[in-house]
Amino acid sequence: MSIKRIGLAAIAAFALSSVSAQAVTLRYANQGDLKSLDPYTLNETTTLAHHGHVYEGLTSRGRDLKIGPGLAESWEILEGGKRWIFKLRKNVKWHNGDAFTADDVIFSADRVRMPGSNFNTRVPKDAKFTKIDDHTIEVTLASPNPIMTAQWDTWYIVPKKWSEANNSAAPTPASATTPSYIALNSNGTGPFKIESHQPGVKTVFKPNPNYWGKKEHNLDEIVFTPIPNDATRVAALLSGEVDVIEPVPIQDIARVNASDKAKVLAGPELRTIFLGFDQVRDELLESNVKGKNPFKDLKVRQAFNMAIDKETIKARVMRGLSTPSALMIAPELFSGSKDFKNPKFDPEAAKKLLAEAGYPNGFETGMDCPNDRYVNDGQICQAIVGMLARIGVKVNLNAQPKAQYFAKVLKPGGYKTSFYLLGWTPGTLDSHNVLYDILGCRVEGTPRGESNLGGYCNKKLDELTDKILVEADATKRDAMIKEAFTIAIADAGYVPLHQQALAWGIAKNVELVQRADNQVLLYWAKKQ
Amino acid sequence: MLAFVIRRVLQSVAVMLAVAMIAFVMFRFVGDPINQMVGVDTPQEEVARLRASLGLNDPAPVQFGRFIWNALHFEFGTSYQFRLPVTQLLAERAPATLELAFTAAGFALLVGVIMGVYCALRRDSVLAQVFQAVSLVGVSLPTFLIGILLIYLFAVILGWLPSNGRGDVVALGGWWTTGFLTKSGLRALILPAITLGLFQMTLIMRLVRSEMMEVMRTDYIKFAKARGLTTRAIHFGHALKNTLIPVITIAGLQLGSIIAFAIITETVFNWPGMGLLFLKAVQNVDIPIMAAYLMLIGLLFVMINLLVDLAYGFVDPRLRVAMRA
Repeated sequence: MSIKRIGLAAIAAFALSSVSAQAVTLRYANQGDLKSLDPYTLNETTTLAHHGHVYEGLTSRGRDLKIGPGLAESWEILEGGKRWIFKLRKNVKWHNGDAFTADDVIFSADRVRMPGSNFNTRVPKDAKFTKIDDHTIEVTLASPNPIMTAQWDTWYIVPKKWSEANNSAAPTPASATTPSYIALNSNGTGPFKIESHQPGVKTVFKPNPNYWGKKEHNLDEIVFTPIPNDATRVAALLSGEVDVIEPVPIQDIARVNASDKAKVLAGPELRTIFLGFDQVRDELLESNVKGKNPFKDLKVRQAFNMAIDKETIKARVMRGLSTPSALMIAPELFSGSKDFKNPKFDPEAAKKLLAEAGYPNGFETGMDCPNDRYVNDGQICQAIVGMLARIGVKVNLNAQPKAQYFAKVLKPGGYKTSFYLLGWTPGTLDSHNVLYDILGCRVEGTPRGESNLGGYCNKKLDELTDKILVEADATKRDAMIKEAFTIAIADAGYVPLHQQALAWGIAKNVELVQRADNQVLLYWAKKQ
Repeated sequence: MLAFVIRRVLQSVAVMLAVAMIAFVMFRFVGDPINQMVGVDTPQEEVARLRASLGLNDPAPVQFGRFIWNALHFEFGTSYQFRLPVTQLLAERAPATLELAFTAAGFALLVGVIMGVYCALRRDSVLAQVFQAVSLVGVSLPTFLIGILLIYLFAVILGWLPSNGRGDVVALGGWWTTGFLTKSGLRALILPAITLGLFQMTLIMRLVRSEMMEVMRTDYIKFAKARGLTTRAIHFGHALKNTLIPVITIAGLQLGSIIAFAIITETVFNWPGMGLLFLKAVQNVDIPIMAAYLMLIGLLFVMINLLVDLAYGFVDPRLRVAMRA
């Protein structure tokens, strides 16, 4: 009897697979997993993009990353950014049929700031949310913040009633012993709902028939599979088993383009890759120079800036897929970027500067580098070792997997590095984030400069950064940002290298929108 | 006899403790799990709170003691990445690994025995030479290379078979999923099973060949021939049966390593089993998954060896005498 039942199940499975074959199914494979369906658990690009299919923020970002309305139809900024009024969209329904109201927003504002949330910084601590009516919210702040909503496109609003009924009123803590309901189930307002989710194996999305917005895709189903192995992912695309992969390894781009089934969609990414120096310790941890720290000398830092040939790194290591950068922020994110030029590559002048600084024969330093975090990161560091050898600096490279690398160089590891490579995308897509987190002086007890691993510090820049945060006038603000970056460049506190390129592999019958923040958003996908 | 059994069991427990200890020491060098769990702009106070809540600030002996105590209760904690109980994750993935491992073992045994017998009986034929050459390839090429070659030939160039995943699966009884009942599931199984089983297949083939050649030279085969039995009865009724005894022992012992070494095959074919889960856990410093998986594989080997030792004890009279003494 049980054999009969199994047979029936098999027939049913056959029947189902043949039905879905007629519908438009987009099969998508990514290097990374979709780990938890709770949108407050992990602040990471791939995860944010997945959740963006199901959940929505009060604001949204369009194809060009411009901020537009989301679940809030419109908003007013009063008192220079101290008081905000949000008008919420009416007639929006959660996937389970409940109506979306102001209560959900207030619930989400509390939930996102609870312990266990990875998105604490999305909503300022001092922001007070008040319900005016079912579709109007007032937010008041202690100090003005004109860019408060910059990251609200990925502060996803979750339903109050459903979360509370399913024991998910608080974010899933990492030390939880029982799985939380919201980590395995979802209920959003977005264009897709999740039909099935097997963590780390497969997730199936179906369109939301009651979506409030315009349907801009022609899909009936999205099947997502994580494929961590590069060769397997590329093979799956070339054999036509998946329609979209992210990322395509640089060395496989030519092969994918040469195939008749797929092509590579490449473009600049917002992340800036740069080098930093330990400018805090009186003696470097890993150097033959004793009793002083060569990186405290401006001339040494300038020499490094001149000795590194960004064009060669682009041509040889990145195979043309990078944009050499003079600034610590991507040109797409700061309008004044074009006024900054790369320093001339000049090893002779760099040598002279080193001699003036008292190192005519160079010196020795350690260098920390991840080898599985950014595009060709290990090879970039090797190229830099060679370039610095030309000016007499002997670099002892320590390239390791990201887990070990970050444990050594970040704050919890005690910033144990002399010279390092790091990448940074400002979460707010705004210069202030870079000026505060990377270029700001490290101050014990505040988050300022926490990711400034080398401890570069200029008080004048910090003063400007504080003014930039509260300045509401865009022209004045841009002028101040420009001044701050000019200071940073004069100090040569960092060596900006480049913006790496995005490379997505897509089947020839698929159309996608590639946004520079590397979010693969399939609600703009079309498949023939 | 009882004393022997107890001694062997105690030895096994000691081995498991050693595995746990080595695994635990290793975790100190795989990196900081916290960095994989938070975004790069997470405030440090939140990071510190997370670290404390996971008990990562406790001294190492305390952490080890807690780990052993929980392991005794089959409690391996929550995965750092998925925020799901590790036992649940492993249980979900186990059917995939076991189906793959048993298919690979079956393939290795069946094909290995047929090829071995052929090579022993038709030693000088061209086909036997070809089999020998193939077996050399199987022994010398690393698994991941074989896997990638198969993918390129059969999935990318010919497009006959899928390159990754498990196809459609059918749930049975709520605790098992099988790919045996769907066409895509069976098709997905072919390449990974060949990749995983190839090494064992060549091993079995060479073993069968030499054993069979040995048996063919023994007196009772000559007497059988003298009695006028058919060649078929001699080869398969008498010679093969005697050949298979050591083969089955080896095949049983190898099953453990097939399951353990499925990690590489699972990664190349993106097969959603326990090995792939383990490899991703290593990349993400997901210590609870790593710990549970290592303990599970350790237990598997210890159990297999224990059973083999006990079986030998029952079968071999010389060992029985030694036990009594």
